[in-house]
Parts: sequence; C-alpha cells; structure tokens
Amino acid sequence: MTETIRYERGADGVVTLVLDDPSRGANTMNDAYIAGMAAVVGRLEAERDDITGVIVTSAKKSWFAGGDLDSLRAVEPGQETLALERATAVKEQFRRLERLGRPVVAAINGAALGGGYELALACHHRIAVPRAEVGLPEVTLGLLPAGGGVTRTVRLLGLTTALTEVLLKGKRHRAAKALELGLVDELVETPEQLIAAARAWIAAHPEAAQPWDAEGYRIPGGIPYAQLPAFPATLRKQLKGAPYPAPRNILAAAVEGAQVDIDTAFTIESRYFIELVRGPIAKNMIKAFFFDLNEVNARDVGDTPPIGTVAVLGAGMMGAAIAYVCARAGLPVVLRDVTREAAERGKAYAEKLGASKDLLDLITPTGEARDLAGAGLVIEAVFEDPALKHKVFAEIEDVVSPGALLCSNTSTLPITLLAEGVRRPSDFIGLHFFSPVDRMPLVEVIRGEKTSEETLRRALAVVRALRKTPIVVGDSRGFFTSRVIGTFTNEGMAMLAEGVPPATIEQASTQAGYPAPVLALMDELTLTLPRRISRENRAAAGDAWVPHPADAVLERMIDDFGRPGRSSGAGFYEYEEGRRVRLWPGLSAFSGTAPENPSAEIPFADVQERMLFIEAIESVRCLEEGVLLSVPEANVGSILGIGYPGWTGGVLQYINQYPGGPAGFAERARELAGRYGERFTPPALLLTKAAEGALFL
Amino acid sequence: MTDAYVYDAIRTPRGRGKPSGALHGIKPVSLVVGLIDEIRRRFPGLDPADIEDVVLGVVSPIGEQGADIAKTAALAARLPDTVAGVQLNRFCGSGLEAVNVAAQKIRSGWEDLVLAGGVESMSRVAMGSDGGAWALDPETNLATGFVPQGISADLIATLNGYTRETVDRYALCSQERAAAAIAAGHFARSVVPVHDRNGLPVLDHDEHPRPGSTLEGLGALPACFAAVGDRGGFDAVALQKYHWVERIDHVHTAGNSSGIVDGAALVLVGSAAAGHRAGMTPRARIVAAALSGADSTIMLTGPVPAARKALAKAGLTVDDLDLVEMNEAFAAAVLNFTDDLKVDPEIVNVNGGAIALGHPLGATGAMLLGTIVDELERRQGRYGLVTLCIGGGMGVATVVERL
Repeated sequence: MTETIRYERGADGVVTLVLDDPSRGANTMNDAYIAGMAAVVGRLEAERDDITGVIVTSAKKSWFAGGDLDSLRAVEPGQETLALERATAVKEQFRRLERLGRPVVAAINGAALGGGYELALACHHRIAVPRAEVGLPEVTLGLLPAGGGVTRTVRLLGLTTALTEVLLKGKRHRAAKALELGLVDELVETPEQLIAAARAWIAAHPEAAQPWDAEGYRIPGGIPYAQLPAFPATLRKQLKGAPYPAPRNILAAAVEGAQVDIDTAFTIESRYFIELVRGPIAKNMIKAFFFDLNEVNARDVGDTPPIGTVAVLGAGMMGAAIAYVCARAGLPVVLRDVTREAAERGKAYAEKLGASKDLLDLITPTGEARDLAGAGLVIEAVFEDPALKHKVFAEIEDVVSPGALLCSNTSTLPITLLAEGVRRPSDFIGLHFFSPVDRMPLVEVIRGEKTSEETLRRALAVVRALRKTPIVVGDSRGFFTSRVIGTFTNEGMAMLAEGVPPATIEQASTQAGYPAPVLALMDELTLTLPRRISRENRAAAGDAWVPHPADAVLERMIDDFGRPGRSSGAGFYEYEEGRRVRLWPGLSAFSGTAPENPSAEIPFADVQERMLFIEAIESVRCLEEGVLLSVPEANVGSILGIGYPGWTGGVLQYINQYPGGPAGFAERARELAGRYGERFTPPALLLTKAAEGALFL
Repeated sequence: MTDAYVYDAIRTPRGRGKPSGALHGIKPVSLVVGLIDEIRRRFPGLDPADIEDVVLGVVSPIGEQGADIAKTAALAARLPDTVAGVQLNRFCGSGLEAVNVAAQKIRSGWEDLVLAGGVESMSRVAMGSDGGAWALDPETNLATGFVPQGISADLIATLNGYTRETVDRYALCSQERAAAAIAAGHFARSVVPVHDRNGLPVLDHDEHPRPGSTLEGLGALPACFAAVGDRGGFDAVALQKYHWVERIDHVHTAGNSSGIVDGAALVLVGSAAAGHRAGMTPRARIVAAALSGADSTIMLTGPVPAARKALAKAGLTVDDLDLVEMNEAFAAAVLNFTDDLKVDPEIVNVNGGAIALGHPLGATGAMLLGTIVDELERRQGRYGLVTLCIGGGMGVATVVERL
C-alpha cells in the first residue's frame, strides 16, 4: 500500500505528519488513509519517549477533503457490522492521537472539511491560514460526521453552538469566523508561519491534553434542559417537515452523546451514522450533489474564443440580474433597454445587491443600440413575445461583433422559432437563467434545430465563466425545467379543484421537500404566465390537446376573482403591504364544503406523491423525446433549477430509489393514474426500465 | 365482586403556586400528613392498621416529591409499619388514577381499605422538572410530534372554531361558579385547613380564584403560547400533522387555562366490610373507570373516548349523568368535551374548576372526585362522571353513584 501520511521527525523531537495521498489530488478518508494513519499512530506511540510533539499538516492545496464518497455510498443494508468497524477504526486512531501524551497541533493550510476537520478536532490545537475553510458539511450529503465530529464539537463548543453553527446546516467557515466560533484556536498569515507557530505552541504546552480528558470537565453550557424540548420542534420547522434523516440523527446523537462519557458518545454517534449511510437518502444526495453535479460541471468544452463584452437586451428583473452576474464574473456589460432611464433602473439592481464600485463600473446602461457595438455575447431578456424578441435581435444583429454568440433567456419559447429572427441561426442558443439569477446556480442551455456544436461549446464556456452549472436540453415547449415545473404547479391546482384543502396542498408540498409551497409558488410566478403558456400549448397541440383540471382554476382565479398573483397583491394568498399573510378564504369556492379531515378521502401521502410523481413522469417523457440528454442533467437540473426535493437525488433518481425501484414506481404510478387521471400512466421508457430491472443512470 | 365505596374525600385548600402563595412554605409531605391526620380524626373507629396501602399521584416525582412520597407520608404520619405506600404518575390524571387503582384493589378482593389521592407543590417542584424522554429525547420528541399542552389547547380551539371570546366566556363562567360555590360553602366539607407546626392557621380557603373577573379583564391578557409556538417551532409541529389547518389561533391565556397551585387530596376507598368494621357509612360507589387516548399532539381530547368507555362499562349513557367534572386544564379542552360528547354544559363543572381554583397536577383528580360526591349529595343526584385530559393524549374517567 502506498504511503498516504509521511512521518518526518525533526531534531527537536517534533514529528510532522504530512498528509499526502499520492493517488489523489486531495486527501480523503479512504482505505489507504486508514492504513497510513494506523501505521503513524503506532509509530508515534512506540517512539513516544523521543517525541516532544506532533504537527499534522498537508502537502495538498486543501488540507484534508473528508470522507471517501465512493466507499460511503457503497454501504448497503446488511453491511452494518463492517461500517461500524470502519467508523470505529477511524475514531480509535483519533482517540489514540489525542491521548498520546504529547502536544498535537493541526497546521491547517487549506480546506479542512468533514473527516479532515474531524482529524483537526482530535488535535489539541488548531492553527489556520486565512484562506483555510473548516466545517462539517456531512449533513448536506445526508450523513453525519462520524469520525468524532458530533461528539467533539459538542464538547468543544457546547450543544447549542455545535448544532446551530457546525452540525445541522453543515456550514463551512472561513478561518476568521472559525476563530471567532472557537473552531480554530489561532490564525497566522502564511503557510510558512504555520509550522513555526505550531512548534512554538508545542514548546509552550508540553502537557497538552484535550479539555474533555481533564478532571472535572463539563460540556460548555451544560445540557440546556429548559430549551431542549424545542430543539426538535425548531428543526421540524426549519425543515418544513421534509424527510431529511441526517439532521434528525445529528441532533439525537449530539444530545444523547452529551449525557454519557466520550467513548460511549462515539458509539452512539456511529450507530446514528450507520443508519444514515446504509439508507437510500444519503445515497441519493451523494449521487446528486457530488457525482452527478461533478459530471455535469466537468463537461469538456474545449477551446473557445474570449467572451468579450456582453450585450444584455432588456433591463427588467431578469436582464438586470443577468447583467449583474456577468459583471460579477468580471465581464464588461452593456445593458440595453428602450430608454437609458429604464436601463439605469436595471443597473440599480446591482447596487441593491451591494455591488462594489469596480463591479458597477463594468455595467454600462444605454437606450441606444449603437452602444452595443463589438459585443461578443448577446443575452436577450425581454418580454416573452416572439415578435418582440425578433425585433430586438434585428436591431442589434448588425451592431454587435459579427461572430457574436446570440442567446435568448426565454423560459418557454422554442429556440428554433426565435432563431428565425436572426440571419445566423447556427449561432443562436437558449440560455435560460433562473430567478433570482444571483443566487440560482443553474442555467438551462437549449439547442435549437440549427444551433451549431461550436455555439453550444461557447455557450457552455459562458455558463462556466459565470460559475454556474449548465444542463443541455433539446428544444421543445418549456424545454425541460419549465415543462416539468408546470406539471407540479398544475397538480397543485388540480387538487384544489378536487377539494383538497389549500393548507393541505401547501403542507404536502413542503413536507415532500419542495422549498416553496406550490400555491405560494404560483403566486410568485404569477398565474397569467402559465395560462398564456397553456393557451399557446393548446393552440399548438390542436386536436391532440388534453385538457388539465388546473386550467379551469387558472381561468377562474384570473377572470372571475381577479387574483393573478403576488405582483398584483392578490393570488391564492392575501397580501398586506407586500407581505403574504394568509390563504385567500375564497379558495373554498374551489373546494366546496371541505370535510373536517379530508385525509379520509385523498390520503396525505397521495397529495405529496402526486407532485413528486408527475414531475418524475414528465421527466421520463423528456428523456424519451430527447429533450433531456442525460440522467445526471435531469437530476441536477431538477434540484438546482426547479426545486425538486434534494433528498430524492433528483427527478430520475427518485424513480430509482422508490421502494421496488422503477417497477415499484411504475406500479404506484398506475395506481395514481387509476385514481387521479391518465397523466400518471407510466411512459414506455419507464416500463422498459421496470421490465429490465434497470435504473436511470 | 366486592364493590368499592368512597367513605370520604378531603383536600387541602389550593395555594397560589408561587413564592407568595400561602402553601409555598409547607412541604408536600406535610400537606399529605395533614390530610392523613384529618382522616383519622374524622373516623375515630378506624384502626389505622386496616389501611393497607396509600396510593398517591405525583406528576413531578423528584426532589422532595420523589422517592415514593406515599410511603414517606405514611411513615411521617406515624401510620403502622404495615401500611404500604406507592406513588404513581399518569400525568394530570394521577389523582383520579390513584382512586381508580384503589377501587381496583378493593374490587379484586385483594385489599379492603386504601387511601388514594395525590399531591403537588407546584411552587416548590416546578412542572416539567422531572424531564422525560417524550420532551427531552430528540428522537422520541420528533417521532411523537411533541408539543406543550397549550399548543394542543390552541389547536383544539382552532379546529373547533372557539374564538378568544368563547374561551374567555368559559373562563368567566368558571370564576363565577367558583365564587358562588365558595360563598355558599360548597367546599366546606372537603377542604381541610392547613396549619403550621405550631398549630397556627396557614390557609383555610382556595387562594387562586379571582372573583371580580370580567370579560374585558380576561380579554386583555396576552396569549401564553403564541411565542413558544412560533419561535419554539411547536406550531409548525402541530400544523405538519393537522395539515388542513393553515395557522394556529392562540387563544389561551393565564386567565382561561388552569392555575398553577399547591395542594393535596385524599380519598378513603374501601369495601363494605371494611367500612362496617370502622363504623363508617359509604358516601358513594365507584361504578366504573376507564382509560383511553387520542393523538398525542392534539393531546387533550382523550376524555371523550375515556368517558364513553367508562359509561359503557357502567351500562349508562350520557343522559344518565346528573353531574360531570371535566378538569379545566384549558377552556377549549372542556368545550371540546361537552361539544363532542353532547353533554349539557349546565351539569359540567357546576362549582367552577381549575381555571378559577387551580390544578395541583397530581392531586386534581382526587379533588374532583370529592367535589362531585359533595355536589351529588347536595343535589340528591345519582350518577356523576369525573374525567381529566392527560399528557400523551390519554384520558381517564370514573363513574360514581351517590348512595
């Protein structure tokens, strides 16, 4: 086995352990590490009498990246003993290190996350450079830090701080903040100063030991019994009832571990960890947020010409925000609207977001087409009207650079149709940003019929320059994201029409894991947009049009009740001074006389699964039709773009992990189709997967 | 089967459950000893060696209320060494549970004479101070949807459409009925004044009622559970389960919820033979008792199924009842009970209840049993039902028949 940890003994008796996994760019907690650590800890103990202290540092850019996700996601039910042995081995090594009887210092020269920070926690003193980042992000992958991370942060910081600042949200902290919180003990300016500072600390603290191993040790703040009953409730409130097991297990392991000795606490921590790692949700999240995301981001775009100046057409909400993110990426932007004043208002959005002067200077507002001269990238973000879009492109096509990349930020209109308005349709492509653009990480890249390979590569390079994640999709009405989210919102409205109480629909969506309740989301999107899309789709489909029960709800909300959404101050909700206050009581017009407990009629589980299923089914159709090109893009796009619940691992992984796999999903879909409508009928591709026992991979 | 009879039911006055309350300076064990002494005074023919067990309900059985306070009180009261003692905890139903357990002992024929009751010095041993997995263990708390009872009461009010005015009106009624009962001396037989160690009077009347209460005054009180419901996350817990409710209307206040008080109660339960031996005349027969439960988040609706079950065991219906005591834990809990069981509110809590008088957790059930026996005698009624809502969703109910 190759050596992952170098053992370097200095003349002063200080041993430096250099983390340097030769097989990888970053150190991870793989088998080689475990073997390496076993060897060095054994040697430290053997040579203890000749050692004055230990420094743990890294030869990599990051200090230690954390758990080995390949091995973590391979743990299956039935392998609990193996998983426990592995977790125990890692913890025992840490325990031996912190009880060596010699000062051990973590010299943190880069990111120390997850298992990496757990190693640092097993040291007596943590020194970091300013660029270092520390934290325990395990929860974001559906796991808990089982290398003693729960147990030691509770003992270092106290229950409340450990839970809120480190464990439950998996926050990463920059060195300065980490120092403030007590996650690191000392900062030095440069990596060179790290080792000197570590040696100085060792010299000054020959008797170093962990506080929790000292006589009379008490957890900071003790156990806050009076507040403890509200911890789980607060967690439920924050999660909105979504089925994330990791925060629950972290909370339980932290509180239970605080009431016993540290070694028993380690065991409790491992038990809660193993329950997570063998279960489906951690696997879903590891796949989506690590493997699928990496695959999507790693797409090779080859060499592309420099982007140059960006011309953003339309300074409305989307245009203004796109201008901001381009400037944030260092690109000069000319922001054009019909008047300079309108463009100025768009630029003001960047100010509102707190942009620096340098950044603001990159944005030039204008009302004149000629100011777009020489732009290498055009992003159009005007009103969703093909004629208008054709017009604004016609105005600038001859002004911008002759080879400029021509992009439309349409969320629904076919790119092939829009490309008819330019003379270079092969240079035309869809770049669908999501609102709020400064925070939403996804961009949907839409190829029209005539879009060239080169144009696609250039567009992907733009997305990468903006530090966003692209998914490439085919041209169809609503592409992937708008089309699929439309099935979700339609399902919410259909249930309203069926008499499901509006509060139940909202609870079902958040308890299924959606970030926003479906009717509230409709109000944000405004009801007029989906109605227009629905009418356009109906016109386009002709005789093939299949009416949806949501259509009548939309029509009545807009025409009969005059409640088109939040921007008008009235939608499914009532608004006071722009604040959402309550569901509009008039919604009872849709539900008639709701019984006291309607779950007797439509089970709550059905209300949740109807939303999850209809989006998954529509995504399979997108895959069948070539609108979606890969499973990772479907999963990543659905989570990052349209709020499909993260615990599912994405819209196709949800099918894989449904009890019984695709076959179980298909069976349940048929059941839903029988009860709630043909739209749940499993598509052919799903039936094929089910029959073959295959997964969407 | 041997019948179980109530020979007497006595209680201390209820002292305000705070340091300024008259009973704050009296230890819980002393409250019980005072009542044991009173039983012996009232029944000079009773050989204390005939008492086989002392069963006491305590809801926070720690500290000076811990370590089996029932046997401790028996020892402190110098009852013979053969008199056993057991403490039990069925949360707010403990005092009635103690009576029911005593009745079961008698009806089984295994024991003949038992002292049953409860004690709670809420000013000295704070509610909730005994911890417990339900609230404090995150795994259990999450799995069961734990919320404080006030959230449950507000949830009931929301579901049933009880407005703030509705619950305040009920609270006012409790105050008015309690004031009238006190003025008419309705508690004179059951209330045993508390004296200090020198025989000087400490408290001879219930301290908690506010006889001058008005609807305006009640309406001005702040809702107790709005903040904990919001910031503590408990509203979210309740709404995630009761998903068809959009928000919880927080209507309960210190004025329409039960009062925090100190107090103790004892009921002498025995067989006909034991009574005969001591020369005692039975006042009532314990006809039937039952336990049941409801969802633990709405929590306070358990008395309905418990009452139905007890009535069925007794072979009676709601129409047979002359009186009902349903513990006034919260106004909405009582209103829900009367609405759901379709009981005439005019026969429920006719002498007021815990909103006016206070709810000394472990003792209340035994106090209510005494209240109903006294009132049945006064009205020459026949059947009465005592019931309490209980933590965890439980309900306990007992049917008594005046003799």
